[in-house]
Amino acid sequence: MAENEKTFKEQFIDPVAGFGVTFRTMFKKVVTEQYPFEKLPTAPRFHGRHQLNRWPDGLEKCVGCELCAWACPADAIYVEGASNTDLPDGSGRFSPGERYGRVYQINYLRCILCGLCIEACPTRALTMTNEYELADDNRADLIYEKSDLLAPLLPGMEQPPHPMRLGDDEGAYYRGQYAAPAPGSNLAAGLATGEQA
Amino acid sequence: MTTTPDKTEVDLVTLTIDGVEVSVPAGTLVIRAAEQIGVQVPRFCDHPLLEPVGACRQCLVDVPDAGNGRGFPKPQASCTLPVAPGMVVSTQATSPVADKAQQGVMEFLLVNHPLDCPVCDKGGECPLQNQAMSNGRGESRFATSGSGGVKRTFPKPINLSPQVLLDRERCIVCQRCTRFADEIAGDPFIALVERGAQQQIGIAEDAPFLSYFSGNTIQICPVGALTSESYRFRSRPFDLVSTPSVAEHDACGSAIRVDHRRGKVMRRLAGDDPEVNEEWLTDKDRFAFTYASLEDRLTHPMVRDRVEDGGDGSLRPASWPEAFAVAARGLHAAGGVGVLTGGRLTAEDAYAYAKFARVSLGTHDIDFRARPHSAEEAEFLAAHVALTGPWDGGVTYADLESARTVVLVGLEPEDEAGAIFLRLRKSVRHGGTRVLALAPYTTRGLRKMHGTLVPTVPGQEPAVIADLLGRADHGIDAGAVVLVGERLAAVPGAFSAVADLVAKTGARLAWVPRRAGDRGAVEAGCLPTLLPGGRPVADAAARVDVATSWGVGSLPEGPGRDADAIVAALAAGELGGLVVAGVEPDDTTDPAATRAAIEAASFVVALGLRDTEVTRAADVVFPVAAAVEKAGTFLTWEGRPRPFEAVLPSPTSLPDLRVLAGISEELAALGQGAPLGFRTVADVRAEMSQLGPWDGARPTMTPVQPAASTEGQDGLALSTWKLMIDGGSMQDGDKHLAATARPAVARVNPATYAALGLVEGAAVTVTGDRGSVTMPVEVVDDMTDGTVWVPASSTGAGVFAGLASPGTRVTVKGAGA
Repeated sequence: MAENEKTFKEQFIDPVAGFGVTFRTMFKKVVTEQYPFEKLPTAPRFHGRHQLNRWPDGLEKCVGCELCAWACPADAIYVEGASNTDLPDGSGRFSPGERYGRVYQINYLRCILCGLCIEACPTRALTMTNEYELADDNRADLIYEKSDLLAPLLPGMEQPPHPMRLGDDEGAYYRGQYAAPAPGSNLAAGLATGEQA
Repeated sequence: MTTTPDKTEVDLVTLTIDGVEVSVPAGTLVIRAAEQIGVQVPRFCDHPLLEPVGACRQCLVDVPDAGNGRGFPKPQASCTLPVAPGMVVSTQATSPVADKAQQGVMEFLLVNHPLDCPVCDKGGECPLQNQAMSNGRGESRFATSGSGGVKRTFPKPINLSPQVLLDRERCIVCQRCTRFADEIAGDPFIALVERGAQQQIGIAEDAPFLSYFSGNTIQICPVGALTSESYRFRSRPFDLVSTPSVAEHDACGSAIRVDHRRGKVMRRLAGDDPEVNEEWLTDKDRFAFTYASLEDRLTHPMVRDRVEDGGDGSLRPASWPEAFAVAARGLHAAGGVGVLTGGRLTAEDAYAYAKFARVSLGTHDIDFRARPHSAEEAEFLAAHVALTGPWDGGVTYADLESARTVVLVGLEPEDEAGAIFLRLRKSVRHGGTRVLALAPYTTRGLRKMHGTLVPTVPGQEPAVIADLLGRADHGIDAGAVVLVGERLAAVPGAFSAVADLVAKTGARLAWVPRRAGDRGAVEAGCLPTLLPGGRPVADAAARVDVATSWGVGSLPEGPGRDADAIVAALAAGELGGLVVAGVEPDDTTDPAATRAAIEAASFVVALGLRDTEVTRAADVVFPVAAAVEKAGTFLTWEGRPRPFEAVLPSPTSLPDLRVLAGISEELAALGQGAPLGFRTVADVRAEMSQLGPWDGARPTMTPVQPAASTEGQDGLALSTWKLMIDGGSMQDGDKHLAATARPAVARVNPATYAALGLVEGAAVTVTGDRGSVTMPVEVVDDMTDGTVWVPASSTGAGVFAGLASPGTRVTVKGAGA
């Protein structure tokens, strides 16, 4: 038999075997996502845009300690703290305790969404949402300010500045010793959903 | 620790530490002997400048042989254990016993420590944090014991003073702060209170920690228990860029460390300079730095659109070249020009003013003294102060410690020169020095120095100084040091009497000004009678020397006008122009006359840091660099140069010398004078060292007769000086520091008080020829008769502007009666 003589399999089956994959796939579920026309949920712990959380009464959790800025490997976070003051009209208090974050910026041109800032935060003020659509047509708008990052005011929350509503001192907040609001009240709704992981 | 040079013979003791033989002076503590062989024993309470106390127990070492053949059965605290011949010590480096003991102590110290390092100001520079890592156990056995792992907490923080805060749960009760307050500052307002686990640092309810040196406790606290209002939570050690520098508030030249972040100074710490301030700093030097970053800081040159030139008479921003040109044109046209520099300049800037006055303006009308002064003082400075320094036997800090007697004349060190006060107090505590003060009453500072008061009615200083000669009990001889303050200039004949005393007893003499730049200005020639390098204007050879060095034809014959004469000449129209730097009219001999002179001058060039009444009245205003923004040199009261580099170079402000160089170049273009020939601090330093000091004869002093006694006249003699923390403009911007100021009170003796017939607690009104002030009154038992003391700058405009001219008498009566 000549060396270049092909077997039956080589001659007839192999050339069409590849189409078998195509044929099989025609009967499988489609994995293509029709983004942006159709948006699918991410994994629950996906690292998306940051959020600055609030206590159930609306006070900010951030104390301006800058640990997030120090943890950040991309140098994307800028924080300036300032002191809360207890003024008679309540206009000097943004968080329980001594300090609050007066300026809070995250530069999403630098951020690599690694989540080290989340681990560094001692008050769980900074967490990440699942929002991943971080794009814009200019650089300035990608530096998110505190107003862009703060969690929305949920029912029962009050826009700071205002005095501490849930306890006499910050210890009550940190230990969770504030009186549980009545079920069904606006505050309860806030407690349940005020913080997203 | 000290720099006393004449102790070379010391007994050495040889001992063995970790198997290494080491010889150290007798009396050395084991913890320091261990440092000699490179073993760092962990410690908290131990501080080289404080007495040993053995409070924290962290420095335990094993001592198998105490030098007598027997060892200690238990580990010993090495910070309280002096060395002994033949002693054998095993530290944690070689002894498992010592290592285990130290780990056990650390475990105890951390029982209630909150471990809030991530949010603690000390985290990153914390001895507790570091040594817990190096000499502690990884796990605590207390976390799950009976307390359930709950640590003792306190409400936080509490104010020890308006400036100093205490977080009690962080405190490990090492007592560094209380020992500092008691031993070094002499203000024992903080102490241990409560017992056992509740033991904590506290203050009496009615007595906050009001000390001029309280900031040092924050710096030496080995944990984050003490923090300052001005720095708390502002940044962390690893954020900061540290630059060594020199304090600009007094003539002590204290070494400091300036920490800045994001272009702003965050805090200042004491530098470690054993020859000057050791490791201590006054609160003013530590906290008063915000003045340079206030809203009213000048940021650009300004030029007045003069009405006669068709403008509206207001200041408008101008470019640097334009401002240089306008200033030069104005000075060229103004006729005679005087120069008032103020006492805050670096030596390089002072030299630039001195050269600018002589070369560009062709005058000796220059004076740095923005305060009461006299021709006698100028002669005294030329004869006894200029060109003295540590290199030729001048009085130094170390000499204050070794002198048998220190006489303070017209000087209150606690208020006016904090580093001198601490050094004297240290010496007195170790039994070395007697302090003798010529003052109207025993001040708190003098009491803390256990000093002897030589009661002196203000104005009678010359007679009292002369009397000292005959008093063997005061012990003024060749081993004594006389420190004279600048306030003495207001008393005619006082400097002459001091010079006479020094000449007759052989005692050594030093002049202690208040401001950082005063001494440098003397050396740099900012006086009508002195050229740079201590050259007397009156000496033709000195003038030729300087003129040759500067490459100008000749210098005018002198002497020029002093500050008061410049003011008078401006008012009289003899001078037309004025170049003025950091001068506060309220400090001058006659504030109203100074203001009128600035008003009367046809052309005023002001170089300033901030928007002041002087810059508002000027025709051209130049912003200049603050001390943190430029390199420079301050001279201490000893004459010791203290060079420093720029901390925060700022492109918007130039040092004075660059501004003057710019004006001089424009003046030269107009045909007046020559350019100064330098533009940078480095250029000036080179030129100053090239010019060098005067090697000719030192001018002598013509004795001045004291003024006739005013005793028996109506009213009371007025004694006054500036408190350390008062209304000075360089303390602006830190309200916490201002809150630590001592209250403004008038002080009288019981007889005067009784004569007033006041109801209890009533205030008094002191009235002089320039106005009156009302303040609470305090009775001082040993106040000289017929004398009242008021703080010079703690109320309103200050004494010279609002109360009385120097050397006049005042009346006191009950207020609001």
